[in-house]
Amino acid sequence: MAEIKVGARLKSNVCDSEVMVISCADSSAEITCGGAAMIDASADACGGDVDAAHAEGTTLGKRYVNAAGDLELLCVKAGAGSLAVNGEALVLKDAKPLPSSD
Amino acid sequence: MNIMMLLEMASAGMPDRIAFTNAENGESLSYSELFAAAGKAALEFQQSQCSRVAVIDISSLALPIALFGSGWAGVPYVPINYRLTAEEIDALLARVKPANLISDAERCASLGPQDGVTALVRDEFITLTRNAAEQAEPWPMDPEQTAVLLFTSGTTGTPKAAVLRHKHLVSYILGSVEFCSAAEDDASLVCVPPYHIAGIAAILSSVYSGRRLVQLPNFSAEAWLETARREKVSNAFVVPTMLARIVESLEGESSADLPHLKAISYGGGKMPLSVIERAMTLFPDTDFTNAYGLTETSSTIAVLTPEDHRNACASDADNVRRRLVSVGRALPGVTIEIRDDEGKPLGANQRGEIYVKGEQVSGEYEDRGSVIDNAGWFPTRDAGSIDEEGYLFLEGRADDVIVRGGENMSPGEIEDVLLEHEAVADVAVVGIPDEQWGEAVAAAVVLKSGKTATAAALQEWVKDRMRSSRVPQKMAFWDELPYNETGKLLRRIVKAELSADGD
Repeated sequence: MAEIKVGARLKSNVCDSEVMVISCADSSAEITCGGAAMIDASADACGGDVDAAHAEGTTLGKRYVNAAGDLELLCVKAGAGSLAVNGEALVLKDAKPLPSSD
Repeated sequence: MNIMMLLEMASAGMPDRIAFTNAENGESLSYSELFAAAGKAALEFQQSQCSRVAVIDISSLALPIALFGSGWAGVPYVPINYRLTAEEIDALLARVKPANLISDAERCASLGPQDGVTALVRDEFITLTRNAAEQAEPWPMDPEQTAVLLFTSGTTGTPKAAVLRHKHLVSYILGSVEFCSAAEDDASLVCVPPYHIAGIAAILSSVYSGRRLVQLPNFSAEAWLETARREKVSNAFVVPTMLARIVESLEGESSADLPHLKAISYGGGKMPLSVIERAMTLFPDTDFTNAYGLTETSSTIAVLTPEDHRNACASDADNVRRRLVSVGRALPGVTIEIRDDEGKPLGANQRGEIYVKGEQVSGEYEDRGSVIDNAGWFPTRDAGSIDEEGYLFLEGRADDVIVRGGENMSPGEIEDVLLEHEAVADVAVVGIPDEQWGEAVAAAVVLKSGKTATAAALQEWVKDRMRSSRVPQKMAFWDELPYNETGKLLRRIVKAELSADGD
C-alpha cells in the first residue's frame, strides 16, 4: 500500500487506471481501484480481476472526490475499475469552466 | 508530478489532434508526435549530461519539444531573451552551464565552441527529435524538481532567475484548465515571446485543453490579422501594445472581420481604456478576458471574465463601469490580499501592496531563496486595491509610489483620472525630485489624434476631481510612451526624462 501524498502517481492493481493525488487529508487512507488497493505507479501490479461492484471505469482527465471533499484524484490513465477510498465510492467532480487566459 | 504528465494525457486522449503549428513555415506536430519527440529530446539531454536546457530563439516547434523534453529528462528549461546583447547573453549562459543550447544557425555559428555549452541548431534539433524511435526512461515524478528557470526583466542590476518547480506549473494548469475542453477545430494564436511566462503558460494550457497553438514568431498587426484569418483562429492572447497596434491598423474599418475569433485574452501590462473600448467595437462577437499574473506566480492569478467586461460596459454605476480597467478576481485556489507598508491587511478600496498565496505561487529565485513568508504569502511588489466585490485594480509597482511632502500617492489613481479626459490617449505619472516637497507629481501625456488640450486645462481637470496635492506640477506632451516588448510601461525612462528636462 503506497503512502498517499499530494503529487503522487498511483496505479491500479487490476486495470489500466492511473491517478495523481491532487489533495488528500489522510496519508494512510486506503485508495482502491476496481476493488483492489492502488499501488505506486513505479511498482509492479499483481494483477487480478476488477470487482464487479467497482467496475464503472475511470475517464481520462476527470477528477474524482469523496463526499467529505478532503480527497481528490485526477485520472491520468483510463481503466475499467472505479475508484474508492476506505470503501466509499468516489464521485466525479463538477468542472467549473474558466475563460482561457493564455 | 511532472509537466510531462500533461502531454502524456493529451497524447493518450487526443493522439492525432494537431498540437502546434508554426505560422511562418506551416510545420505542425500532433500530440502523439510531440510526445515521441520529447522522449527523444530527453534522451539527447541526458546523454549530453547538461544541467540546463537553454533556448535563445524565436517561436518554433523546437520550443514545446525542448520544454517537455527537459521535463522528461529532469533538467530545468531556461528560455533566454534573444533581444539581449551578446555580453548579456554570455553572462546568463555562464550561469546555466553546463547546458544544451538551442538557437538559430547564425547564433550557433557566431557563438563558436564554448566550454560547457553544447549548441544545437533549431532546425536540426526538430528533425532529429521528430524522426526517432528511441526515447528516454520514464520521467522523474518529484514535484519539487525545477521545471523552468526564467530570468526576470529586472530594471536594475543582475537579472534574477525565478524558479518554477513542476508542482507550481502543474497546479496552475490543473487549477485553471479543464482537460480536453477545446473543440477539435479550435486554434489559439500566440505571439508572446518564448522567454515570457505567458509563452510557457500558453504551451502548457494549450496542450492540456487540446487546443492547437498557432505560433506567430514575429508580430506585426498585419501578420496577426492575416494569420488569424488563414488559420481560422478561435482564441488569441495579446499584450496591450499588440492590441493597440491591431486596433490602429483597423482604423476606418467597422469590424475586424474575424468570424472564427471567439475569444481574446490580454495581459502583461495596463490596457488603456480607449484601446479596449475600441477593440470591443471592432470585435463585437469576441469575448474579452483580462489576465493578471507574474513570472513568480506561474502566470495568471486573476481574471476579468467576458461577463465582467459586458457587465461593466452595460452598467450606469461608476463603481461597476470602472471594473473594465480592473484585472478581475482571483482564480480558484488563489488568494489575494492588499497590505500596508507594515504588512497589515487593508480593507476594500484601500491602496497598498498586492500579496498572493496559492499552490502555483513560487516566489523563489535561484541563489536567493524564497521570499514567501511563513504563512505562504508572496509580496508581488505591485501596488493595487480590491473593491467590495473582490475586483483587483493595479496601481503600478509598489516602488512607484510618489511621496510628496510626506503624503503617499499612487501614480495609477492620477493616471486614471487623466485618462477620463476626452483628449487623453495615454498617460504616465511619476514622481520627480523637488526641493520643496521631496518629490513632485509629473505627467507625460499622449493626446488622441486630432484632439488638443493645454497643460492648464488638464491640471484643472485633475484639480476638480482630486485633492490638490495630486495635480501634476509638470506636464509634458509626448507622441508616445516608452513600453517594453511585452507592453510594460518603462516608468523609469519617463521619470528620467521628466526629471532631466527643464521647465
